[in-house]
Amino acid sequence: MERPLTENIRPGEPPLGLREYVERGGYEGLRLALQRTPLEIQREVTESGLRGRGGAGFPTGQKWSFVPMGPDARRPKYLVVNGDEMEPGTMKDRLLLEGDPHALIESTIIASYAIEADAAYIFLRWEYSTAAERLKAALAEAYDAGYVGRAIMGSGYSLEVHLHRSAGRYMCGEESGLLNALEGKRAIPRSKPPFPQAVGLWGQPTVVQNVETICNLRHIIRHGAEWFKGLSLTGEGGTKLYGASGKVRHPGVWELPLGTPLGELLHDHAGGMLPGHRFRGLLPGGASTAFMTPDHLDVAMDFTAPQRVGTRLGTGTMIVLDDRTCPVGLMHNLLRFFARESCGYCTPCREGLPWVARTLAAIEAGDGRESDLDILDHHVRMIRAGHTFCPLAPGAMAPLESALVHFRQDFEQHIRMGACPWR
Amino acid sequence: MPRITINNQVHDIPWEGRNLLEVCLDLGYDVPYFCWHPAMHSVGACRQCAVKQFRDEHDTQGRIVMACMTPATDGTIISTDDPEAVAFRRSVAEWLMVNHPHDCPVCDEGGECHLQDMTVMAGHNYRRYRFTKRTFRNQDLGPFLNHEMNRCIQCYRCTRFYRGYAGGRDFEVLGWHDHVYFGRAADGPLESEFSGNLVEVCPTGVFTDKTLKEHYTRKWDLQTAPSICVHCGLGCNIIAGERYGVLRCIRSRYNDQVNGYFLCDRGRFGYGFVNDEERIRQPLIRNERGELEPCTIEEALWKTSSILRHGRAIGIGSPRASLEANFSLRYLVGEENFHHGMSGRSYQLVREMLAILQQGPAPAASMSAVAQGDAALLLGEDVTNVAPMLGLALRQNILRQPTREALRLPIHEYEDSAIHEAIQVGRGPLYIATPDVTRLDEETPNTYRAAPQDIARFGFAVAHAIDPAAPEVTALPAAVQETAARCAQDLLTSLHPVIVSGFTCGHPDVIHAAANVAWALRRRGKPADLCFTVPECNSLGVALLGGESLNAALQAVRDGTADTVVILENDIIRQMDVDLAEELLERAQHVIVLDHLPSPTTDYADIVLPAATFAESQGTLVNNEGRAQRFLPVFVPQGDVRDSWRWLGDIMVMNGQRGCETWCHLTGVMRLMAETVPALTGVTEITPPPDFRLVGQKIPRQPHRYSGRTAIHADRTVHEPRPPEEVDAPLAYSMEGYPGQPPASLIPRFWAPGWNSGQAVNRYQSHIGGPLKGDSGGVRLIEPPPEAAITYFDHIPDAFVPREDALLVMPDYLIFGSEPLSARSPAIAARTPRPYLGLAPKDMERLGAEEGQVVALLVTGTCYHLPVVARPALPRGVAMLPAGLGNMVALGLPQWGHIEVKREVWD
Repeated sequence: MERPLTENIRPGEPPLGLREYVERGGYEGLRLALQRTPLEIQREVTESGLRGRGGAGFPTGQKWSFVPMGPDARRPKYLVVNGDEMEPGTMKDRLLLEGDPHALIESTIIASYAIEADAAYIFLRWEYSTAAERLKAALAEAYDAGYVGRAIMGSGYSLEVHLHRSAGRYMCGEESGLLNALEGKRAIPRSKPPFPQAVGLWGQPTVVQNVETICNLRHIIRHGAEWFKGLSLTGEGGTKLYGASGKVRHPGVWELPLGTPLGELLHDHAGGMLPGHRFRGLLPGGASTAFMTPDHLDVAMDFTAPQRVGTRLGTGTMIVLDDRTCPVGLMHNLLRFFARESCGYCTPCREGLPWVARTLAAIEAGDGRESDLDILDHHVRMIRAGHTFCPLAPGAMAPLESALVHFRQDFEQHIRMGACPWR
Repeated sequence: MPRITINNQVHDIPWEGRNLLEVCLDLGYDVPYFCWHPAMHSVGACRQCAVKQFRDEHDTQGRIVMACMTPATDGTIISTDDPEAVAFRRSVAEWLMVNHPHDCPVCDEGGECHLQDMTVMAGHNYRRYRFTKRTFRNQDLGPFLNHEMNRCIQCYRCTRFYRGYAGGRDFEVLGWHDHVYFGRAADGPLESEFSGNLVEVCPTGVFTDKTLKEHYTRKWDLQTAPSICVHCGLGCNIIAGERYGVLRCIRSRYNDQVNGYFLCDRGRFGYGFVNDEERIRQPLIRNERGELEPCTIEEALWKTSSILRHGRAIGIGSPRASLEANFSLRYLVGEENFHHGMSGRSYQLVREMLAILQQGPAPAASMSAVAQGDAALLLGEDVTNVAPMLGLALRQNILRQPTREALRLPIHEYEDSAIHEAIQVGRGPLYIATPDVTRLDEETPNTYRAAPQDIARFGFAVAHAIDPAAPEVTALPAAVQETAARCAQDLLTSLHPVIVSGFTCGHPDVIHAAANVAWALRRRGKPADLCFTVPECNSLGVALLGGESLNAALQAVRDGTADTVVILENDIIRQMDVDLAEELLERAQHVIVLDHLPSPTTDYADIVLPAATFAESQGTLVNNEGRAQRFLPVFVPQGDVRDSWRWLGDIMVMNGQRGCETWCHLTGVMRLMAETVPALTGVTEITPPPDFRLVGQKIPRQPHRYSGRTAIHADRTVHEPRPPEEVDAPLAYSMEGYPGQPPASLIPRFWAPGWNSGQAVNRYQSHIGGPLKGDSGGVRLIEPPPEAAITYFDHIPDAFVPREDALLVMPDYLIFGSEPLSARSPAIAARTPRPYLGLAPKDMERLGAEEGQVVALLVTGTCYHLPVVARPALPRGVAMLPAGLGNMVALGLPQWGHIEVKREVWD
């Protein structure tokens, strides 16, 4: 099984330096890319079927196609790498950032070249300090070696790559909130349209791309779209970093073919549940996805199949719920997070999420009322995509809505007993 | 023409590019909203204006969209009453009320609260939230605004207005999640000159009028009338509100051509002079002991008419009094004896501006034209201090070019945040040539600091660079020449340049230079407009009326052709050099003054007649663009205070003057004036005549919910007092009358069923942001022929040469303090700085004066002792004297002044 994204990563050891990286074929993808035109690269990536690994799964080639190209295009243009990994339960990009910084830098340059960007920003979550140090060192090496900067590798292409450490906030993971933060403004989302490809960083054409997505590019250039498509079990191409947290035997992150079935992830890679724990359900891709249950173990974890059972692949890193953990407590934990991380811009999110969080807190604390379930049902009904300004609040409702279906008896039990049965 | 379907009704809407909310409101659908504002457009934050949109007629599901963020394109199908949309809107109102204090009974906004209206409209009425509310600490934001953050519903309108629209920088959105805070980094007065608009921009009671709080009255208990601001020459439209004889507040009255939705803080909070304790409320007559003492109306009239019968009287009018009052004075004393009340120097400037505007081809720009323009050159004017709302208009002007670029991306014009993100710090061309820094400097790198002569030379150079046929300026420094060339280029590449100049430099050459630039642009095919600032609210009107200057009046008294002066609403000591004004007043045997408040001029009066202010009288003012607009009386003043025109008419009656019967009614005076002065023919068209009725009824000044009408005098009588009779306007001092919408010039308040706040203006507009229904917005009296032949001004002044023995003292106009009426209002007084003398550092060095040191300044015959303030940008040889603070000179400047620095410490 090929594991291109993690091939250089040696857990527990520092990442490859430039020399080792180059010896292992590093910057070969960049060299090949610079021999082709940006539009050829765009075509290759489009053919590969690469889709965004940040959670939304938007086709990368299509995203690029909206960037104005050619001599008349507005300049400067920017590429922004979204390294603000803050989705609860998600730590896949961290593996790449800490484990193989040159791979990210190489692919960043390729992506920048593909859209003729003049500068690239790697927007890094504040808490990822190890990644910051390693990226900084790798970037210095890449600059010294002429992979970044003026006339890269003797080509006519120049690019500045900047590392920007975020001041924090979940909202920066949303691309337009990220752009505002990068500009030094409040990290509130922007209205779309216009999309960043037209009006992005400092009002200029910009592409924002997740770390894992970007890291695929050097391999697609080296091995081609067909090879990439062949990596996955289903038709969507490539590998995926999957992960698991919760009461499983082996929590962790693994690079596996896209489309690996849920049961295989849970049993073969996460090692099943810890002894004495029963599997009740899981959030497949971070906190903003709906629960999957023991009924869904056959579902192939690609972009399309989970949607058929009412959830999303999301980031591909699951939070597993067992029978010794209170689902109401889990929901309260998550909703408290989402309410705290709401930017406060639109009403349903700013006012609705704290109400939900406080209601859950009351239920969990034994102060629940029958009418509280109506309040929770009301919010999952009212806070939907399109009702809010950005996807944060609908994302927050996804686990709650499914929890209210799958674990409703637990909510009712809390209210009836006037206490949390798990305490 | 896009055809859209709303609730199964098909509507043809006039043009593309608008959003569904505007279209719904235009068509009379009640769609609630908060964050959208007609001047600041859409951001999609509040989610209150949700409607259901359907793909086509087969789509039965539809999806919720925000009306303000969705374009009204051809074929759009929406439902405003779809159950899902209704439920969601109700839910949004419920969320907004989660933390909103239920303090409506004690909230200043109650009764005119957009949040109340929208909550009712959205149908939320039962509280389900059972937890505690979040609370905030409020800030002291200065004398204008009260801050009550707990009421905030986070619609973001305040910061969008304060920062985005008005360019303020000391007000922020702070905090995060459900703890978002709108305020300053620290307590302190809001610095923006437009902060008062937050009262109206805020949909609820976070920002309320602190001056109103001093004498609070609910909107439904206010007696209101349409009026015109008297505190500068722009003629912003206002609604003034009164109860129990006290003027309580000023609100903006929408006029799409003039002030739009907004007002400056001087206009909003400067009304206190009307309630001043020192108001002259009885006629005063000087007794044998030389003191002014009250007398009866009859006595005053008898004495005045007797003086006029026997004396050789001249009249001194006023650029701050109405046309009708000035015309009455002119009629009383005879045209040849009428003086317009400006010094020869001021009048020369105003007359030059008037002549340029009349002659053409460049017309006067309305404020809306300034805002719609896309490039500007300012010659000599610190507009934010002199004519503040012009500064607000220019802030929109400089966004025009980058906005045009953004629209190509494409972005809809109503997508406010997207437009701002696209244009970032991009600004259109703005060139500012002034003696000292201005508030607009922060928006442009193109500033030029110079003395008036050099500002004129710069302007002439720009004109020559645009059209070589315009006279050339020789020996201009290379850097100035280069700036002039760049300015010319930027003006030529714009679509609609605006050239701003005015009176503050006191130099006709500056005005001529501005005309040359506008004319040169016209020659090159650019539709350039001119915008001049004028000293007072009716300067241009009085100039149209004509008359002689104050200097001529002095001459008449000196050579004995006159021995009596009748002074109308004018403190002539502010208008001209103090010693000349005093000579005039001293030499005159009889001085009769009509005014609102005691002034240095009334100190010389033998008889003082209490004149009504704008709030208590009716009249016409002509603003800086030549737009004649009418203010109507809000209330009947206490005491013997009467309209000046009525006093003057009664004097004519006492004297049996021919034609005096016309003075029974204002309409007669107005008609006679329009017949006598051809330039003023249009003034009869501004408002409907007094006998105008709607369904046989007058328009009520009091809203239908006005309370306590029979209770207020219940300690004396339980009978309802007869309301004062109004014969000069079709408005009634009553709550009875036509309940619907009157013609725009008679709108006493914006109110519509379900819309108790000022947002009801939506219901009065022909379309959102357009003119009020069926209204001219005033009558422009000056429209030059667009093809007028151009004869360039060719007198180019010599460059300014600093003098060793003197400094050129320039007036430093201040928004708070320089205008005498507003300066008496307590809130404005609290923001007025102490007098100072601004000096260039080089001059301070030369004079040996240090910052804060008190020096003696001798200028226009007066000696002032003032602390020195360093003004680093000021050219050498020029000093800045705060205009009109206290009794300091203003209009007499610039003048050469002498400075003496005392060596010992001043105590």
